[in-house]
Amino acid sequence: MIRFILRRTGSLFLLLVAVSFITFTLFQFGPADPASAACGQECTPERVQEARVALGMDQPFLVQYVEYMRGLFSSRLIGAPGAESLCQWPCLGKSFQTNENVSDIIARSLPYTVSMAIGALVLWTLSGVGLGLLAALRKGSATDKFIVGAASVGVSLPIPVTGLFLLLVFVNQFHLLPFTTNEINSPFGPQGPWAWVLNYLLPWIALAVLFSASYIRVTRTNMIETFGEDFIRTARAKGLAPRTVTFKHGVRAGITPVVTMLGMDIGLLLGGAVLTEQIFSVPGLGFTAVRAAVSGDLPVTMAITMLAAFFVIVANVVVDLAYAAIDPRVRLQ
Amino acid sequence: MTQSQSSPTAVAASAPQPDSAPKPTTAPQATKTGAFLEVRNLSVKFPTDDGVVAAVNGMDFTLERGQTLGIVGESGSGKSVTSQALMGLLKGTSAQVTGEAIFQGRDLVTLPESGMRRLRGRNIGMIFQDPLSALHPFYTVGHQIAEAYLVHNKATKKQARAAAVDMLGRVGIPSPDMRFDEYPHHFSGGMRQRAMIAMALICEPELLIADEPTTALDVTVQAQILDLMSELQQETNSALILITHDLGVVAEVCDNVLVMYGGQCVESGPVDEIFYDTRHPYTLGLLKSMPTLTTKSGRLNPIPGQPPSLLALPQGCIFSARCEHAALAGDGVCASQRPQFTSEDGHGTRCHLGLPQILSIRNSR
Repeated sequence: MIRFILRRTGSLFLLLVAVSFITFTLFQFGPADPASAACGQECTPERVQEARVALGMDQPFLVQYVEYMRGLFSSRLIGAPGAESLCQWPCLGKSFQTNENVSDIIARSLPYTVSMAIGALVLWTLSGVGLGLLAALRKGSATDKFIVGAASVGVSLPIPVTGLFLLLVFVNQFHLLPFTTNEINSPFGPQGPWAWVLNYLLPWIALAVLFSASYIRVTRTNMIETFGEDFIRTARAKGLAPRTVTFKHGVRAGITPVVTMLGMDIGLLLGGAVLTEQIFSVPGLGFTAVRAAVSGDLPVTMAITMLAAFFVIVANVVVDLAYAAIDPRVRLQ
Repeated sequence: MTQSQSSPTAVAASAPQPDSAPKPTTAPQATKTGAFLEVRNLSVKFPTDDGVVAAVNGMDFTLERGQTLGIVGESGSGKSVTSQALMGLLKGTSAQVTGEAIFQGRDLVTLPESGMRRLRGRNIGMIFQDPLSALHPFYTVGHQIAEAYLVHNKATKKQARAAAVDMLGRVGIPSPDMRFDEYPHHFSGGMRQRAMIAMALICEPELLIADEPTTALDVTVQAQILDLMSELQQETNSALILITHDLGVVAEVCDNVLVMYGGQCVESGPVDEIFYDTRHPYTLGLLKSMPTLTTKSGRLNPIPGQPPSLLALPQGCIFSARCEHAALAGDGVCASQRPQFTSEDGHGTRCHLGLPQILSIRNSR
């Protein structure tokens, strides 16, 4: 167990190096020119060169990369010689656009993304697994057909469609909910948890519609398969109550693929839900990442990419641990 | 309870009732005073997209405590479906079960699921074919056995554990207290089947249904498991229905045999008579197809042809298409008319051929 976690932490680090290197390389060979962007409207070649030096982009590619990665382990100085400023550890660089510490930008954006991910996660897990299980238990019935039909519709509705539709109906037409505001990013804020829920309800629903559709299908398929297993027949032959057979013997055995999906999706979503954040104007990681990528803000792009990769990898480790907890045949080595 | 009346279709109608006090929950509701288990005209049909599958067609048999009934037949002959119908495992599925199965005075066919659930495990235990897939992979063997005890007994977890450990010991598992906490994948095939038996027997059911309990096991382990089952059956004086396609197993442990073909009982009677006074061409074919060490040719003697489709059973005798003696009955009666089940002294058969014709067939080989 301890060895497993240590080994996975090691591979986590290697993967992060790989992801950061690829991002850095792509950026170097991409069309973005942060120096001219930073230099502004009235620009002379000399001033572009000054900006380039200030951003550290006059250095060779590999030197830039190593210098950047050094910030992950220690504080470093950033800026043109003579005008450096200190970037505290963990230093993810400074935004080319605003000269702000990237770690501050991340710290500011992350709560929005987490707020959105958590609610959506709860909503889609409950609805997806619940409806999938119901459909499996009533296999072949009208309920089953309705749920499967609804799932097919849900999975084919992209976020821009559901998102805009929800905004149109609940906010524009009937004024049932407020438009999402930047002032609330945690249930523990001054406005309290209820305002938090109302603020994020629409993005939650939009995400949940999309995600729960695939959860319904996976849950249904796996539960139908599990309910046909011999050990379910054994459980019934023992005279166990239907609820015990369904949940204790059935769901525990049939839920593992859903756990895998859940781990992946949490990891992905914490890296920023780009479309959803755009549509609902939530200034989370996805929103920030898009802006950074468009304006050639390398440090911000790098940081969010690495953070997203970090979440996905950690989620995978958690999934593996969860597997071992659910299935005694899985032994972590 | 009185001694049961000898009905023409009874397999084991004349054994006296053992004088054991029934469990309080199983006291007969005085609807019938008869056999311990009496199955009459039991049929099971599965509606499918291709039509109705007639898996079991009018089964009749009786069973007394302390006795073992073997149900033999090839794959798809309706053996397992019969056992699942008796166990009520088909309730809540699309299967249509008709007829009667009077178990200690109550009809298992019409009993609602909630009532059936109280009988399962407590009064009727069941052992399945493949013990690896029949045990839950995520729970310890002991937990699964104790669980069966806890459903039907007011007991603490500690008491249930003690009962399960005791039962594991009785089925011959060494150091049962340690084995209690192991998972099915830690057990060998034979041990798993022992654990299944422990699970089925922990509430000491009066009726035990074993659906091919030895099929998935090594031959040497098979014998051990059969011995164990017979031993425990004698200890608890329970009735045993042994479903198998292995005639060797039948000869070893059964008192009575019921041969199934195409969802029907084609021959039934005491085990010796089935083997040495065979009266149905299908049973003859089954016996002939068994490999023996003395056969000189070294070839097997299969029954030619395929079992009938249960979607469209033939109008005449279900076995007629494969029966090499159908011509003996004359007038194509085998192909046009379904023979009645007739029995004499507890040995019954479903065939148009008379006893003299059967005897001449037997003597001609």
